[in-house]
Amino acid sequence: MRRFIALILALALCLSFTACKKDGGLKGVKTGKVYYLNFKPEADEAWQKLAKTYTDKTGVEVKVVTAASGEYDRTLAAEMDKDAAPTMFQAGNQGAIATWGDYCYDLKGSKFEGELTTDAYNLYDENGKLCSIGYCYEAFGIIVNKTLLKKAGYEIQDIKDFASLKSIAEDIHKNAKTLGFDAFTSSGLDPSSSWRFSGHLANMPLYYQFRDKEITSQPATITKDYLDNYKNIWDLYINNSATKGASLAKATGDESKAEFINKKAVFYQNGTWEYAGLIDGGFLAEELAMIPIYCGVEGEEDAGLCCGTENCWAVNSTASEKDIEATLEFMYWVVTSEEGTKMMAEQFGPCPFKKAAIPENVFFAQANEYTAAGKYVVTWAFNFTPAVDDWRAGVVDALTKYSAGQGKWEAVEKAFVDGWATLYAKENA
Amino acid sequence: MTALNSKLIRRPIQRYVWLFLLPTFAAFCVGFLYPFFKGFYLSFCKFRITKDATFVGLENYKIAFSDSSFLYSFAYTAVFAVVSLLIINVFAFIVAYILTQNIKGANIFRTVFFMPNLIGGIVLGYIWLMIFDGFLTRYNTAVVLETKYGFWGLIILLCWQQIGYMMIIYIAGLQAIPEDMMEAADIDGATKWQKLWKITIPNMMPSFTICTFLSLTNGFKLYDQNLALTNGRPFTGTGADQIKTTQMLAHNIVEAFYASARNRGPGQAKAVVFFILVAGISVAQLRFTRSREVQQ
Repeated sequence: MRRFIALILALALCLSFTACKKDGGLKGVKTGKVYYLNFKPEADEAWQKLAKTYTDKTGVEVKVVTAASGEYDRTLAAEMDKDAAPTMFQAGNQGAIATWGDYCYDLKGSKFEGELTTDAYNLYDENGKLCSIGYCYEAFGIIVNKTLLKKAGYEIQDIKDFASLKSIAEDIHKNAKTLGFDAFTSSGLDPSSSWRFSGHLANMPLYYQFRDKEITSQPATITKDYLDNYKNIWDLYINNSATKGASLAKATGDESKAEFINKKAVFYQNGTWEYAGLIDGGFLAEELAMIPIYCGVEGEEDAGLCCGTENCWAVNSTASEKDIEATLEFMYWVVTSEEGTKMMAEQFGPCPFKKAAIPENVFFAQANEYTAAGKYVVTWAFNFTPAVDDWRAGVVDALTKYSAGQGKWEAVEKAFVDGWATLYAKENA
Repeated sequence: MTALNSKLIRRPIQRYVWLFLLPTFAAFCVGFLYPFFKGFYLSFCKFRITKDATFVGLENYKIAFSDSSFLYSFAYTAVFAVVSLLIINVFAFIVAYILTQNIKGANIFRTVFFMPNLIGGIVLGYIWLMIFDGFLTRYNTAVVLETKYGFWGLIILLCWQQIGYMMIIYIAGLQAIPEDMMEAADIDGATKWQKLWKITIPNMMPSFTICTFLSLTNGFKLYDQNLALTNGRPFTGTGADQIKTTQMLAHNIVEAFYASARNRGPGQAKAVVFFILVAGISVAQLRFTRSREVQQ
């Protein structure tokens, strides 16, 4: 008898647990749910607020989870494995499409897609399926403190190409003691900063190579072309800055930013996303400008800023039909509603949608000015990089040794060219 | 005690023993057995996410064993584990021995030596990186620039973290040595050195067993300190043939798992090999030191 009671009790306990689970699951069955795995930690708060607004308005549950900085791929892999996988996620480059393309819902013909003003930032797989849609774009270049530049005796118009940039930077560096500031902020190679050079700066040789060869999809190999230009600009950065040699190995992104905010340097290579941080740091909009990265390529006086995006939304094709529907509806709302467009403009700058709000960010205005003046846009060629983390790690390691005087430039070239080829081969084996 | 041993109480407990074991066993299944066997199965599969995996047989193991970085990191880890095991245990024993000699403030020292163990590996890695680099910058170099700095840096870091922990175990062992043995040795006129070698160390073999086991497996499993201090740098070779000269086994596995997102199988296969290696080595080590334990 007692054994029987014990059994019953144990069963009751187990059942009560399963009952809890069922209750929680039932709610979502009536209408679809949205689960967005967000890519940008700095935008998390804004997303949470927007999600709440949407839920209050429509009653549709929107869950936004933000992956820690640099952990997006890992978080996505873990989340996609769950029963309640993200319905909306980020697939922002060719590598991501190769990995997650099978899980991307074809967005062609959706109401959301109809709101786009350009196809330039969208990503397709090899079968022509529209896997992800670029929802904002960014630009990077060299951010200039115009006030300091003036103090050093120059105007922004004086910088037209690599030669003029070089002579101005060298002049400032030479007089750094009397001026109280240097030419460039530290080009730190700590992981918090190295992506600016292994990713963004490396875009310069990649872009020009691909332009010359008219490459529009991921190539299996790259060449040494324009790597001398990469060396030009890298040498200029590290030889005309207060941080030199082996100490670059540990210099962080925050240090570099702090140097710029504390008016210790005139030039700072970074992108439009830094704007809010710089304004918070005490800059006035009119003190700031962004100029193209000049590296000594012929005809580069006609170059504009480097514009592109890694911010592309994909919808999980393995989600239930209701969830997909709810997600598409949510995306449409984000890019068309007043609340949504306002948040997008504040957080991400200009967005390629018909109803997008206009951002305050002056760097974007400059990017547009360059384009309006007929200069060519340097696109984000680095989106083709195979095994991007591995490739960049190799380049950073070689750059660190070179900058500390312990390695040759040929090692950087090898990391660039051979690294690309072997990683491409490995990925596509 | 007698009350607990009475049949009236023991019987029902014995009869329902499975009921009492059930929660722990269920947790063990969920937290260990299921993931372990699933992981084992996945090592024979090609997969991106664990839900849809296709069986490919031994393919992943072939890839794992033909990966020179895996073999390198295995050798590197083995050397590291042995060196750290020796240094940690020698120093931990010396410190424990000194702190049981009735010196003033022994308790404060014990606490202070134990404290580093409470700090997480990642934080520790970054703190030591700053210390090392602060020093190395004077000579225009850095931890990530030379393999030897990375190796010894990791050894110093691990010693600093673990000597205090092992010390506590050794102190417990030292205090458990029967006083009468020491007294008998004193009466027989044994010197301090003789007492250490003939009485203390043989009696401490259980502590040595547990400490060597812990430091050996810790050395093999080291991950977060490795990630924070060197992240495998510096490298030799390029691209897929790249060897990360300070990369340890655990780090190599995690990287293999996440870097090749299109097939995580080789990473999983490496993890299974890793388990077999670490289990094998630690069982062998346990057997060896156990055989030297004396019965008191």
